[in-house]
Amino acid sequence: MNNSTNSTMSRVEKTLARRYRAEKRFRVYGLLSILFGLACLAILFTDIISKGHSAFLQTRIQLTVELDPEELEIDDPTDPDQIRGGYYQGVIRDALAERFPEVDGRSAKRALNALVSDGAVYQLQDELRDDPALLGQEVSLWLLADDDVDTYVKSRREGQAFAGMLGEDQVQWIESLIASDDLRTQLNTTFFTASDSREPEQAGIAGAALGSLLTLLVTLVLSFPIGVAAAIYLEEYAPKNRVTELIEVNINNLAAVPSIIFGLLGLAIFINWFGMPRSVPLVGGLVLTLMTLPTIIISSRAAIKSVPPSIREAALGIGASRMQMVLHHVLPLAMPGMLTGTIIGMAQALGETAPLLMIGMVAFIVDLPAGVTDPATVLPVQIFLWSDSPERAFVERTSAAIMVLLAFLILMNTLAIWLRKRLERRW
Amino acid sequence: MKKVLLSLGLATTLVSSPALMAQGRDYISIVGSSTVYPFSTVVAERFGRKTQFSTPKVESTGSGGGLKLFCQGVGVSHPDIANASRRIKKSEVELCESNGVKGIVEVLIGYDGIVLANSKSTDQLDVSRKDLFLALAKQVPNPNGSGFIANPHKTWKDVNPALPATKIEVLGPPPTSGTRDAFVELVMEEGCDEIPAIAELKDSDKNKHKMVCQSIREDGAFIEAGENDNLIVQKLQANPKALGIFGFSFLDQNSDKVQGSKIGGVAPTFDSISDGSYPVSRPLYFYVKKAHVGVIPGIREYLEEFTSERAWGEDGYLAEKGMIPLSEERRDEIAQDVENLEALSM
Repeated sequence: MNNSTNSTMSRVEKTLARRYRAEKRFRVYGLLSILFGLACLAILFTDIISKGHSAFLQTRIQLTVELDPEELEIDDPTDPDQIRGGYYQGVIRDALAERFPEVDGRSAKRALNALVSDGAVYQLQDELRDDPALLGQEVSLWLLADDDVDTYVKSRREGQAFAGMLGEDQVQWIESLIASDDLRTQLNTTFFTASDSREPEQAGIAGAALGSLLTLLVTLVLSFPIGVAAAIYLEEYAPKNRVTELIEVNINNLAAVPSIIFGLLGLAIFINWFGMPRSVPLVGGLVLTLMTLPTIIISSRAAIKSVPPSIREAALGIGASRMQMVLHHVLPLAMPGMLTGTIIGMAQALGETAPLLMIGMVAFIVDLPAGVTDPATVLPVQIFLWSDSPERAFVERTSAAIMVLLAFLILMNTLAIWLRKRLERRW
Repeated sequence: MKKVLLSLGLATTLVSSPALMAQGRDYISIVGSSTVYPFSTVVAERFGRKTQFSTPKVESTGSGGGLKLFCQGVGVSHPDIANASRRIKKSEVELCESNGVKGIVEVLIGYDGIVLANSKSTDQLDVSRKDLFLALAKQVPNPNGSGFIANPHKTWKDVNPALPATKIEVLGPPPTSGTRDAFVELVMEEGCDEIPAIAELKDSDKNKHKMVCQSIREDGAFIEAGENDNLIVQKLQANPKALGIFGFSFLDQNSDKVQGSKIGGVAPTFDSISDGSYPVSRPLYFYVKKAHVGVIPGIREYLEEFTSERAWGEDGYLAEKGMIPLSEERRDEIAQDVENLEALSM
């Protein structure tokens, strides 16, 4: 007896060290997995931020511009038609010629004029519209520099000046501007207020962000009520039989269908059959609704399931109808879970490009969309389009747009967590 | 209450949608090639800023996809203009006709060079199209003179003793890309006809000839690097031994990182492509639906902007973006045809 206990104990003791080691290894594996994930995330973030941070700065050149009415062909600065039709290039060229009087010859002058972006024209236009009294005066303005100048100035700061398509004399002029403090970098507000443009210095994400917002609005308005209603019916009313089982299997399957399939479906149904226009947020929202519905239904059902049956029984026991029971008791208690599921579904929809490819939202659109039926594009598509552009200055803008998209995603997921924490009840 | 609001919103969205289908379109809709996209969009943007018309919408769908959409029919729900990095095919014209798209105006806008490039940290390569064919073809003629064998060449030196002994490693676009089609047509097919054994096939066995000339090897020497040319530039920087195939404008923008290889002794530069001495360049087109001119506002003015000297001229803004302009006579000729809306005849 004693012997046998001893032998068991000795056997346990023999293997004990090995089991402790195995335990330790097991923990280390888990820790390593987490560290691996974090390292990947860190690499991704450093890469994106190191490439993209410079896009938030924009090079500007200070010039003294004489707003000569004759040169501008404007005699009444309060007339919007005249303001739009003004010949602003002329006064900018004159200002540059005054700053660099030694430049002579047609091609040299062209090279000099190329330092200032074409967008500077609209800047002058805005100045004059806001303050008509400026006409005929000399004003000192910080004008938008061309993207090649911008790239040169930024790469110079990092120690490796990249002249790219700039000529030698152009580089000299830039150096002279830097030396006289007439060139500086400042916050790139254009990036947040402008739409897409083929000139990197004039390109911004406002159009794409607005497009994303409109698309998500359509998705939310459609998918949340439909998803919640479907979940309530399936959980509270539907009989448990083969048909509902089949529906359940199908919903779970749909959640795993590649998103491009929904795009093809949208193209076939909404555009080819219903005749809706291409490239509009309405169709984009409809397609993304199809995509996010399964996610919302599944999470809403889980939330409804987690409401204790005793609450239902208590409500029914004091005479509530089933509808009252659902609307007054189950739904409010399940709401945090439903909202979390919805927000996660929305975050997925925000990052989606594949289904939008099929319905024409991968497009160059300059005008801001005014409604859900105006052509628009979305943030991830904007990133895709910029990443494919040859202009060097788009590289940093691509990364910057990724940073903005990531910020939105983090914000939405934080909101989901906050809502869950805030509204969650425990029984 | 919340529910009521939501269902109201839902109802308005659904009700308002049929209304919009009936109304016209006040912007030009352009679809097509991703190679023409950078040029088409610049014109669209300038046009939108300069005139009172809305800025045209430009979709990047690829040449084939764009022409398919273009040929679906006449009416506001179909695009007005299709960009293409190759000429429209007969079958596509037929598809257009069967759908009622009769008058199509063809506009040749300029050229795009395709370059073979490597990292600046290594030597510039000087290859012929024959070398490239022998390096990249799936099958090459058997050296003992009978039939074909799977491509045995491992290094550039195997192909041509004058070339360095580095491993053949070429990053290029996948078969879905127009750049790939053009590369096969302009380099592989040209290169293979320089080999007598293959040129003979042209008369005896057309299918075999086509297969030999158009197939690119799949044993790892040619790496499909995706549609994104910027990605190829980045990969070349990371791997100095590799070569990449992409559009000239990307070489132009990254001249500090990569250098273009000479093909047939000519380096890809703006001038050499434009005078035709650099052999690998392809024409860029767009096609306009005649029936839409006058219906969709601004098409005529858009054409005018595109064919103006400040856009497609020698010093125009399209040249600045990397497009190689046509000769002056060609430009005048085409601008004239465009103004008269001369329909395409095949």
